[in-house]
Amino acid sequence: MSGSAAADPQIVAEDLVKRFGSFVAVDHVNFRIGRGEIMGFLGPNGAGKSTIIRILCGLLRPSAGRVLVAGIDVARDPERVRERIGYMSQKFSLYRDLSVEENLRFFGGIYRVPRAEFAERMRFAIDMAGLGGREKALVATLAGGWQQRLALGCAVLHRPPILFLDEPTSGVEPTSRRRFWELIHTLAADGVTVLVSTHYMDEAEYCDRVALINQGRLIASGSPDELKRTALGGELLLLECDALGPTLAALQQAPGVVDSSVFGNAIHVLVSDAERSLAELPVYLEQKRLRPSRLERIHASLEDVFVQLIAVDSAKRRVAA
Amino acid sequence: MNAPRQSIIAASNLTKRFDAAAAVDGLTFTVDRGEIFGLVGPDGAGKTATMRMLAGVMAPDAGDIVIDGIDVVLDPEEGKQHISYMPQRFGLYEDLTVDENIRFYADLFEVPASARQERAERLLAASGMSQFRFRLAGQLSGGMKQKLGLTCALVHTPQILLLDEPTTGVDPVSRRDFWRILYDLREDGVTIVISTAYLDEAERCNRLALLHGGRVLYCDTPAALKARMPGAVVAVASGSGRRVRSAIVALEGVSNVIYIGGGVHAVVDDARLRIPELRNALQRDNVPFDDIAVAAPSIEDVFVALLEDEGKAQ
Amino acid sequence: MKLRRFKAIAVKEVLQIWRDPRSLMIALLLPFTQMFLFGYGVNLDLKHIPVCTFDREGSQLSQALLKHFQASQYFAIVHNVNSYPEMVAAIDGADCRAGIVIPPDFSERLNDSGAASVQAILDGTDDNTANIAFGYAAAVVSGYSSDVQLSQLDRQGRTLQLIQPMVVQSRVWFNEDLESRNFIIPGLVAVIMALVGAQLTSLTISREWERGTMELLISTPVKPSELMFGKLVPYLVLGWLDAAFCLAIAALWFGVPYRGTISALFLTTTLFLFVVLSIGYLLSVLIRSQVGASQIALVVTLLPTVLLSGYVFPIDQMPSFIQDITYLIYSRYYVTILKAIFLKGAGILDLLTPILFLVVYALAVVVLAARAFHKRLA
Repeated sequence: MSGSAAADPQIVAEDLVKRFGSFVAVDHVNFRIGRGEIMGFLGPNGAGKSTIIRILCGLLRPSAGRVLVAGIDVARDPERVRERIGYMSQKFSLYRDLSVEENLRFFGGIYRVPRAEFAERMRFAIDMAGLGGREKALVATLAGGWQQRLALGCAVLHRPPILFLDEPTSGVEPTSRRRFWELIHTLAADGVTVLVSTHYMDEAEYCDRVALINQGRLIASGSPDELKRTALGGELLLLECDALGPTLAALQQAPGVVDSSVFGNAIHVLVSDAERSLAELPVYLEQKRLRPSRLERIHASLEDVFVQLIAVDSAKRRVAA
Repeated sequence: MNAPRQSIIAASNLTKRFDAAAAVDGLTFTVDRGEIFGLVGPDGAGKTATMRMLAGVMAPDAGDIVIDGIDVVLDPEEGKQHISYMPQRFGLYEDLTVDENIRFYADLFEVPASARQERAERLLAASGMSQFRFRLAGQLSGGMKQKLGLTCALVHTPQILLLDEPTTGVDPVSRRDFWRILYDLREDGVTIVISTAYLDEAERCNRLALLHGGRVLYCDTPAALKARMPGAVVAVASGSGRRVRSAIVALEGVSNVIYIGGGVHAVVDDARLRIPELRNALQRDNVPFDDIAVAAPSIEDVFVALLEDEGKAQ
Repeated sequence: MKLRRFKAIAVKEVLQIWRDPRSLMIALLLPFTQMFLFGYGVNLDLKHIPVCTFDREGSQLSQALLKHFQASQYFAIVHNVNSYPEMVAAIDGADCRAGIVIPPDFSERLNDSGAASVQAILDGTDDNTANIAFGYAAAVVSGYSSDVQLSQLDRQGRTLQLIQPMVVQSRVWFNEDLESRNFIIPGLVAVIMALVGAQLTSLTISREWERGTMELLISTPVKPSELMFGKLVPYLVLGWLDAAFCLAIAALWFGVPYRGTISALFLTTTLFLFVVLSIGYLLSVLIRSQVGASQIALVVTLLPTVLLSGYVFPIDQMPSFIQDITYLIYSRYYVTILKAIFLKGAGILDLLTPILFLVVYALAVVVLAARAFHKRLA
């Protein structure tokens, strides 16, 4: 996937900076996204994800740096860019008091879908959303998942090669979320380049590549698997025991342990070498009269990765400051 | 393991309607003393309405709520003496400083001044917010605002804490700090009810209630919930996820195929039977893959499976 | 009611007022500007009415009459025209408010039959001014008339003294100079206090709903009464400051004579403030949007106070069913009280009736506000 980014970059940001007064919302961000790739921007609220997307859509002007979408310099020619992109914003931007059909017609008009094609595109959107037979229903009567798929349909009526999705699945039910991501993957397989922003850590797992954004900076990027393997700074173990408090305290001093924290009824332990710790920790804890009922290796989540990366990044900033 | 469970909150048959649609529809659950209880479900499942009814700021159309022996529906003001509520929307004053907000809530609960000082310092230190003490609350980041909300909720040492989606959109470091505080509180015997739309956060709770359409779909520990997973989750690690998918999606006993984390996950009815079949299918189509193995189901996997079982998918 | 919670609410409100530029502007700048704008702007006295003249005769007698007009402080001759169309244009164009036309046979008629008429043309679009202007014009002409009579009698060798059988000796009590300002400005203070008072409190509860802080507040044991009085007290103090400010401007700057006691003023002002602040609070409780509450507050305070409280338009000139309605207008009592304290030096005992009405009003609004507030979202 990263191969295509080098060969056929559809979205490029070079040293992108955006300032609002003295506040730096986007701080020297660089990335390249290739054709047919699904890139996830992951980060908490206020990290700068929506700002970056708005700059890419030509809604905001960058303070410094360059941004290219479908080969077009966005700052110089935002209108041309908008013909080539589809945008789906948070909370869907559909007209709740209009019907499914009316919404589609409206967006078809806005995006100037040629008349000849429109009927077929509308059919496509309705089928994709599964709303066949409900064309006359008012959007306000549809449940969240349906609205979400309809909004996606409206965003792709004009067959844009590039799609921006800004927090598209906020609060939507898991089955709808999965169905939605099926659609995204199908579109990507057809060559559409997709940029998604989200604050759900586990949603980022659906993407080909993930860029972690914190306080305006891009602190890491790579496939979810890559990040978990390389950026965690260790391997993760799960430990279950009766006395959580004392065990946690003991672990802080244990050899080979990078970090440990409570998680539900268990403790997650980050160690530098899983094999060794699996053998050594029970012995170490036995000396303190603590007996774990379970100790095994588990997969890290992107959240674990993110927390470690933020810690590293903050340390770097402190040194620089 | 420990002392026998004692229920401290009991909600039965709660109902609340908004404009003819039932946001909460016959909801029933109990929360035990000293546990972290999760109300888990997507938007529209009825979490916020339920939390508001527990806090006594919204009256149910039908049903009962008993908190620590008090009938909250009949006497909400009495209930409010025993709980501390943190609403989903930031409820503190953006034009007051961190310190002024804490003082205000300490005064409302008549916390003695010396105790207030000591607790505020301790809580702020635990959240890493000591240096922001005299900053206006409106100038804090999202994560810090939530930690401030928690601090104000805790300054009068409540026995029961009601938190409505406190970590939504919050940065992962603040979320971790937040949960660390919650675990410390649990050690002190505080009962916590927390609602969340993040299914992975459900795993951090002692017990949880999965909500859907205003009803409880399931209520037990995360481990028991996962054990209920019909079938098993299989993970295929491969760089060519799309080809894997095409190869296996139509196979018998295979459902819910999704791309995730560098590969493909699928739900199979019987792992021992189906894994070799999957392997064969991939080899036959010349699809490169690194490994096929059983994976631990996530709460989301279970949620989706249960919903499909009940025919409730959207 | 717990004192500590009441104090906490009051302190919080003070901090928020202090840090909110809009509240501060309403509280400090608005009364100041309104006093000066309307103190100077609203003036029922007419002086120097611009007038144009059309002397069709141009004789000594006609010029003498016009000089009377010129000399009068009520008129100022700005234009002399030579035709009716010109005069109409001048009045239409608002160069002048009235026109005096002296007929071409003025002296002839005066000398022959002793009676001549002068034509006054008035701009009737402002009915009030036209009536008054007519009165003044008639007075000027009447004065000239007497002069002419006396000089005629003189020429006939009969020197007379005009004795009138009845003379009205008028003495104006309380406002000897008949300066309209003296009775308007105390009423203006009532208008401003009604407006400002309700605006300030109309925002307080609705703002908490809009910002989402009310949801958290009602989940605590705080009582509605603690909330209400805790929020009202800071605005009461602000109201005292504003009232003192406006009343000081009235007495010291505009020179409205002040003959009453400070204690009477303080007590009645406090009572009135209680009423208007509670009205604003009630609106804030009933209407959960700030914009909505402050707009309704404007309608409920400004229009009734300006039109029906006796501020400028006398109540006893209104149709009787409207007069009955004015008993419901709370500012009516305060206007009466202020005028009485300023101009008549009335004390509390003299004002028992309006004070009683205000007390009843205050109790009614406070009870309504307390009952309207529920610690519930829905």
